[in-house]
Amino acid sequence: MTIEPRASSSAPVGVGSHEPANLGDILERVLDRGVVIVGDIRISLLDIELLTVKLRLLIASVDTARELGIDWWEHDPWLTSSARKSLPPGRGHDPALEADPDD
Amino acid sequence: MTEPSVAVWVYAVGVDLDGPWLAGATGVDGESLRVVSASGLAALVGSVDSGRFGAEGLRRRLDDLDQLEGIARRHHAAIALIAAHRPVAPARLATLYADDDRVRTAVRRHRDEFLAALRNVAGRLEWGVKAYSTGSEPDQPTPSAPTSGTAYLRQRQALLSARNSSWQRAAESAHAVHDRLSEIAVEAREHRPQDPNLSGDRRSMILNGAYLVDNEHAEEFATAVATLADEHPELAVELTGPWPAYSFAVVDDEQ
Repeated sequence: MTIEPRASSSAPVGVGSHEPANLGDILERVLDRGVVIVGDIRISLLDIELLTVKLRLLIASVDTARELGIDWWEHDPWLTSSARKSLPPGRGHDPALEADPDD
Repeated sequence: MTEPSVAVWVYAVGVDLDGPWLAGATGVDGESLRVVSASGLAALVGSVDSGRFGAEGLRRRLDDLDQLEGIARRHHAAIALIAAHRPVAPARLATLYADDDRVRTAVRRHRDEFLAALRNVAGRLEWGVKAYSTGSEPDQPTPSAPTSGTAYLRQRQALLSARNSSWQRAAESAHAVHDRLSEIAVEAREHRPQDPNLSGDRRSMILNGAYLVDNEHAEEFATAVATLADEHPELAVELTGPWPAYSFAVVDDEQ
């Protein structure tokens, strides 16, 4: 079986052939996008703290993972003060203040 | 429960992925990349040490940004390697199975979704466009030292409202950029701005777009980005890519 390629006269040089991508660009893609299918060794990337760079992992069964609400990252803690309160303290720097033009 | 000594890490799913490009290619654990086939689909996988990459091991290592960086870059590199030759649906980081048969079961369970996703991205690539507000104002009065409390407050208010309207202008420009690029792209997504702590970039990101573009329109797209950047000096515009279609080959077990 093949997936029929579309006619493409000039394909780009090569995927990822530009300069090595910066870490932010890579992390947001591999951590937050891509196919999500349930593995056996279920590692839920919960609590990607936006205020610090610490990652926390939680091992959960499939059912527990659903109950825990894996879509937590849909909420922007730096915009929602209630969500911000539930996050552990950062390094004394609140990017929400920088992002807010009304200071 | 004791973990087995080996686990299978999934990088991407596609069709007919085996080829000379895999010779010598390695993954997150330095392991050889290989292909597991099921029902006409193929998964690019690697056998990793479950002590280092099982639940506990991964938990420890992903907690360290340096180790996370290494794993993330190697995961992405494997996907990019294959995406240069075949349309693929990239797997999110840390998709692991006990063995190849379990991989096959998972792939089969989502067969139709994978085929639809692959058809959607075949002959197309993802491009990223990020825009930052430069806050550049054409006529910014140089503030003189305030001579009174009232003068200070007035000055402060003027500064804040100028900053606010500059931000609003940048936001409007970002919308215009996104709308224009969406016309050229087959599909477009606006993602939330990147976390400055992860990106190391302190500028105000106002657009974080992903665009699925037909290969034959890639040049037109890049030209449009450059033109829009020129037209909007209030924005700093960056083009990244091409990327495997992380944002557009969507199969989600959790929805």
